Amino acid sequence: MNLNAKIPEGPIENKWENHKFRIKLVNPSNRRKYNVIIVGSGLAGASAAATLGELGYNVKCFCYQDSPRRAHSIAAQGGINAAKNYQNDGDSVHRLFYDTIKGGDFRSREANVHRLAELSVNIIDQCVAQGVPFAREYGGLLANRSFGGAQVSRTFYARGQTGQQLLLGAYSALSKQISTGQVQMYTRHEMLDLVLVDDHAKGIITRNLISGEIDAWSADAVILATGGYSNVFFLSTNATGCNVTASYRAYKKGAGFANPCYTQIHPTCIPQSGGHQSKLTLMSESLRNDGRVWVPLNKNDCQSDPRSISDENRDYYLERKYPSFGNLAPRDISSRSAKEVCDEGRGVGPGNRGVYLDFADAISRHGENTIAEKYGNLFDMYERITGENAYKRPMRIYPAPHYTMGGLWVDYNLMSTIPGCFVMGEANFSDHGANRLGASALMQGLADGYFVLPYTLANYLAEVGANKPDPEGEQFKTAKKSVNDQTKKLLSINGNRTVRSFHIELGQIMWNKCGMARNEKGLTEAISQISSLREQFWSDVKVTGKDSDLNQELERAGRVVDFLEFGELLCRDALNRKESCGGHFREEYQSHEGEAERDDENFSHASVWEYKGEKETPIKHKEELEFNVVKPSVRSYK
Amino acid sequence: MRLKLKVWRQKDQLDSGRLVDYQMDNISEDSSFLEMLDLLNESLVEKGDEPIAFDHDCREGICGMCSLTINGIPHGPEKLTTACQLHMRSFKNGETITIEPFRSKPFKITKDLIVDRSAFDKIIEAGGFISVRTGSAPDGNAIPISKSDSDYAMDAAACIGCAACVAACKNSSAMLFTSAKISQLNSLPQGKPEKDRRLLSMVSEMDRSGFGNCTNYGECHAVCPKGISVDFIANLNRDYAKASVKNLLKTIG
Repeated sequence: MNLNAKIPEGPIENKWENHKFRIKLVNPSNRRKYNVIIVGSGLAGASAAATLGELGYNVKCFCYQDSPRRAHSIAAQGGINAAKNYQNDGDSVHRLFYDTIKGGDFRSREANVHRLAELSVNIIDQCVAQGVPFAREYGGLLANRSFGGAQVSRTFYARGQTGQQLLLGAYSALSKQISTGQVQMYTRHEMLDLVLVDDHAKGIITRNLISGEIDAWSADAVILATGGYSNVFFLSTNATGCNVTASYRAYKKGAGFANPCYTQIHPTCIPQSGGHQSKLTLMSESLRNDGRVWVPLNKNDCQSDPRSISDENRDYYLERKYPSFGNLAPRDISSRSAKEVCDEGRGVGPGNRGVYLDFADAISRHGENTIAEKYGNLFDMYERITGENAYKRPMRIYPAPHYTMGGLWVDYNLMSTIPGCFVMGEANFSDHGANRLGASALMQGLADGYFVLPYTLANYLAEVGANKPDPEGEQFKTAKKSVNDQTKKLLSINGNRTVRSFHIELGQIMWNKCGMARNEKGLTEAISQISSLREQFWSDVKVTGKDSDLNQELERAGRVVDFLEFGELLCRDALNRKESCGGHFREEYQSHEGEAERDDENFSHASVWEYKGEKETPIKHKEELEFNVVKPSVRSYK
Repeated sequence: MRLKLKVWRQKDQLDSGRLVDYQMDNISEDSSFLEMLDLLNESLVEKGDEPIAFDHDCREGICGMCSLTINGIPHGPEKLTTACQLHMRSFKNGETITIEPFRSKPFKITKDLIVDRSAFDKIIEAGGFISVRTGSAPDGNAIPISKSDSDYAMDAAACIGCAACVAACKNSSAMLFTSAKISQLNSLPQGKPEKDRRLLSMVSEMDRSGFGNCTNYGECHAVCPKGISVDFIANLNRDYAKASVKNLLKTIG
């Protein structure tokens, strides 16, 4: 497996500028000769489809929802980072770069992160021009707020609906291209395989979710913007439809999968209330700007009314352990700290799995109206779900799977190890290392889609020339057949267990043994449990209905098939990485204070997994990470 | 909780469809409405029956995918709440609940509770955008926008495109949806250059798709999970008149 990251020469500040000049262009009149497939219509997919369409390429964009506007980017609440330094508080491209590298626990690629920080400023400009109604001050200028892992205010936001507004901006730009015919949009289509011709990605196989038809589509390049895999845990903050299928099928066709064990458990979610639960709901991290996190100092107080517990009997554990960042400690650290206090028996709410996020001080300081203006929709959402009023009593929160930093390996050009197969946004691995900072996912999705891929794709297309194969060709027929075979097999088993029950069981294994804390014994057990669960699935699953129809059970079954294989890969990677870093916490590797302990000597690399066949163990390859600008140090937020 | 459900079942677009009765026992009050349907579907699958098809995705009230008419009200009885955010504590033990799709002429029923809302995408494609080439934007602070204008745009932009407004309207009007997008873009300085063109084109697409006109009943606002105001419709009507006259004068020369 060739893992040449193709990082451009020169000082880090000039790499992207130099690269843009050196790479090839496709001239405007030749662009119409090229056909591009984009899978996914979230921030990355929609922004790339809009931009490539506008440049004159023929674009086909696919999504499984009924409209591109529904992709899960829409649910991001808090904000988007940009190194504008509008607050004059010492921010700069370099500081955003530094914060992101440090936040990622020195496991990301310097050159990519620097480019991301540079492009962050363009994103804000672009979105403002599209009519995204970012929050503003009375003077008419853009407002900012702080987010975890940073000591400057660089987060731009649109109430608690920033993801929605940014996605609707990208969707509107996409809609314009659809209206001109430059982009053809295929909704309710799910990608089920990637097709290679002469080792280059040249097309995809989809299932039409309404008619059940399996179709082959060919192109000059395929771009995956298919999001993350948090739903491997069954309960996560992702939309119920989010899945790993597109990425995993590309992996099985030869794309390296990097760092699957880097999963982010978000500290501020509404705790689980019972076995009926189908998803967990996030409360934006921005709440930690004004909310104080605490648990009772004494176990005996856990069932008491929180308002009756006096200040000296409360443990504001984040402020105590991390005085300089306090409640704004990064996500991995906050989540782990919440788990620790709950493990000590000091958790609150059902099953003692929860901590308080308290707004009483902020309300007495600023008044209820100010707090309502900032977070009103979140407080309302909390009340709808829990039936409790957070203006009157502290919220209960607990960590939940939220984002995945791992993903398909890409080089500096966002191309996977399969030539012609590009990967953007959460689906790739490159920018967040072992932990993503808040408000950086939106930034990365849009940077990739608006400003990186349109350049780097042109370079590839110019190199290979326009050469779209016939979708009736041999490779397409074979891929279609294997998709059809799997569908038939799923429908023919007619066993006793529902698809959902398998997904729930897989999620429990993953959460208990490969969640916030992992160890060798648990991971080894998980691998064998998942493998036997998979066997059981293929002999005892029950999928109702037909393949030639709208069949949501069949859709779910196909996704769970891939999660059942992928979960094992995730555990394997976690077992292999004998260190703790960011979201990956191995109990064997921690300081005496319980902080994550990295092993830079042996693990300063991206682990990239190569698929070797159904019965074979995947092979690990390494991309060594070089730190020329920021020297890796112990990541301290104290 | 113990509940009786009457659920609309329809095989495909051509089928005539009917309400089917289901009995549900032991439902937790903390369960969401869709989680209650999940449990019903699990029991159907276990029996080898086809589960009820319904649209859902984010389950946190923002993607706009869920589209159930519950006891005759799009998204059900709670104000400012999508069906996915509705919880069973809003219902009484022993209650009979009727669940139907979002009904309206422009939205064909695809299967069971799923409808085709692609007409909304067509309205946006007709002009629901500001034409700005990627990379050609000025600095974000180059044009100050007063907080009140920006808040007004945000109030309009909060629409999630679920189409409850259409389902609630006896005329199947899409005026709330369309006017919200137009108000957002037309109220901002960035959207001014295409103001009239956008408005006329989106309204004409709305008519072409078969949506009816607004007769000021306000049901749309009452069911809107994001509380989008009918004032946007009034603004649209006023601006439509202005734009049409301007257009007419131009044609006369």
